[in-house]
Amino acid sequence: MSARDVAPSSALATPGSRRRNNGPSAFGDDLRRFWNLTLTLAATDFKLRYFGSVLGYFWSLARPLLFFGVLYAFFTQVLRLGAGIPHYPVYLLGSIVLWTFFTETTGGCVQCLLAREGLLRKMRFPRLVIPLSVALTALFNLGTNFVAVLAFAFASGVEISWTWLELLPLIALMATLAVGIGMLLSALYVRFRDIQPIWDVLQQILFYGSPIIYVTTLVGEKAGIRWQHALVTLNPIATILTQMRHAFVDGAAPTAAAAAGGTGRLAIPLAIIAAMFALGLWFFNREAPRIAENL
Amino acid sequence: MTSTASHPPAPAAAPRPSTSPAVVVRHVNKAFRIPHQQYHTLKERALHPFRKNTYDELRAVDDVDFEVSEGEFFGIVGRNGSGKSTLLKCLAGIYDVDSGDLHVRGRLSPFIELGVGFNMDLTARDNVMINAIMLGLTRQQARERFDDIIAFGGLEDFLDLKLKNYSSGMIVRLAFSVAIQVDAEVLLIDEVLAVGDAAFQQKCFAEFHRLKDEGRTILFVTHDMSAVERFCDRAVLLEKGKMVALGEPYTIARRYNELNFGRTVHELPEDGGEDEGRFGDQSAAEIVEAWFENGAGERVGDLAHGELCRVCMRVRFHETVEHPVFGFTLRNDVGATIFGAHSDMTIGPTGVFAPDGEAVARFEFQNWLVASTYLLTPSIARHGPGADAYDLRTDIAQLIVHGGFYTGGVTNLPHTFEVKSA
Repeated sequence: MSARDVAPSSALATPGSRRRNNGPSAFGDDLRRFWNLTLTLAATDFKLRYFGSVLGYFWSLARPLLFFGVLYAFFTQVLRLGAGIPHYPVYLLGSIVLWTFFTETTGGCVQCLLAREGLLRKMRFPRLVIPLSVALTALFNLGTNFVAVLAFAFASGVEISWTWLELLPLIALMATLAVGIGMLLSALYVRFRDIQPIWDVLQQILFYGSPIIYVTTLVGEKAGIRWQHALVTLNPIATILTQMRHAFVDGAAPTAAAAAGGTGRLAIPLAIIAAMFALGLWFFNREAPRIAENL
Repeated sequence: MTSTASHPPAPAAAPRPSTSPAVVVRHVNKAFRIPHQQYHTLKERALHPFRKNTYDELRAVDDVDFEVSEGEFFGIVGRNGSGKSTLLKCLAGIYDVDSGDLHVRGRLSPFIELGVGFNMDLTARDNVMINAIMLGLTRQQARERFDDIIAFGGLEDFLDLKLKNYSSGMIVRLAFSVAIQVDAEVLLIDEVLAVGDAAFQQKCFAEFHRLKDEGRTILFVTHDMSAVERFCDRAVLLEKGKMVALGEPYTIARRYNELNFGRTVHELPEDGGEDEGRFGDQSAAEIVEAWFENGAGERVGDLAHGELCRVCMRVRFHETVEHPVFGFTLRNDVGATIFGAHSDMTIGPTGVFAPDGEAVARFEFQNWLVASTYLLTPSIARHGPGADAYDLRTDIAQLIVHGGFYTGGVTNLPHTFEVKSA
């Protein structure tokens, strides 16, 4: 029976004033509330992290910084990897901070619906709020971490340039990719609990498959394939980090377009990002009405 | 049920003229699949690709159909597992319905559970803001109403205390205060009134009445029939997901009690000798059973307010007993003694009973008790001074009284009122 069939008997005189109760959905019917909720959840998480302990801000910085310290010591002192790369430490720190944003978002999204089970089972609100708030919290963290990156860049003598502004669209691209994957993972986790270990492994592979501890220019040619081109073309994270190096660390380094072997080839990583986002959104939207009962 | 007509009628005000229903539920169905074997991982799924997914279907809400007019206080009652909460969750938009239509006009404040999203590590101030936003206010509105919220809960002195240091009652008060300040046109209330102390409960009910007077619509899910009779205009009774009855709260409460206890006497289970509430050695006389009867002499488990009520016990004698004293004590659901009566106060000597003889004692009164649950403790004692009981069995029969006004006390005595300007 549709709403139309009922109309005469229940005096549905003003359809505009009556909200059809569609049950839960990904977006809800009030964008303002959607945004308010996302912001509130994210701000609460952020606040809890920073004010929960005395050294809150320090701890959130400590993780990427320690990771950076270990990698830096190992690759510059033991492997002598960074020798020929200008401002290698700045690049390393910058890429680690961006990577941390990516893993915080995707990794946090995996179990986010389960963690908010209480809310999901008790209240009507747009389901998409939950993975988005995870991404937003990670974005706040990225902001605070980037303060350290900037300080480090100044101290290392990196030249300030207008091209630094390119970081904003780069971060936006990274966020789009991470949210797309996050939506997919969170909805999948409701059905399949082993998404968690699977994603852990994939994340490891992705870490070494992206130019985080190395730079794209170090990737050579073998068996007639320009691996550098392949990497930058097929891995959107590599594309973003390569462009980041050019715009932020070293103007002499190749742009993403150059590393990919042509501007036209950049369409592929952009398409991958868009496709991941669309896939994640489609799947999450499809699953949203039943998340509460399937958990 | 004719005998009740002359007594204070159930407070079932006729529903207001339903120009436009606030909530419309049309042939709503909701089933849950209960798989026989659930695959929770991809591995299991991959290992058994061809095994068919068998499942049972639980029809939690089965073709439920009703309307609630604007400004109505509407009760949803039923036993555990009857589908009340599932229905409420469908109304609240938490579950999707399988078929049928649900319309809710205006903003909905679901009290499915109070304090959803409260974080114990944050202060009351932060939690109020978060909870208000979760319930649909904007930040601006939440800030404006903040003072009212705190004042209603009476928690001004504890604003900056972390919630983990609050007592559970204080948390409930805070949560309720937030929920009430979100001006929703339709309120869904799921048995939240069981918490909080008496004073706060009274405040909540007063608040419900105020909201109702303002024309808000309230859907109230409960087990408490006296609350249904006190507050609701109409109610619906669910059983196994189906609508059993829809109508005046008085009728619904009666049907509910019938569903629960059948039409027969409800005797509390008793296992042989290890009766904790049993006193006396039963060597001379023992109480075999005790029950309630209505005016027609039928054994009943529930009675309407105002009806004739008979309290009965059957006693078997093992020795010759002279003039034993029969006694009855009625206690209410919180264990307070409401009334007690003894045969020696009323009729004096009861006679001589031979071994292996039996006697039935009946004590009759007009049922002026308010709606509640009452427990019967019969006793039989040796004649003479002192309480030397042959047998006393605590709370062995139960009576549910429904109907009548809630007076705030334990009885509703027949009375008249007169006001004259002197």
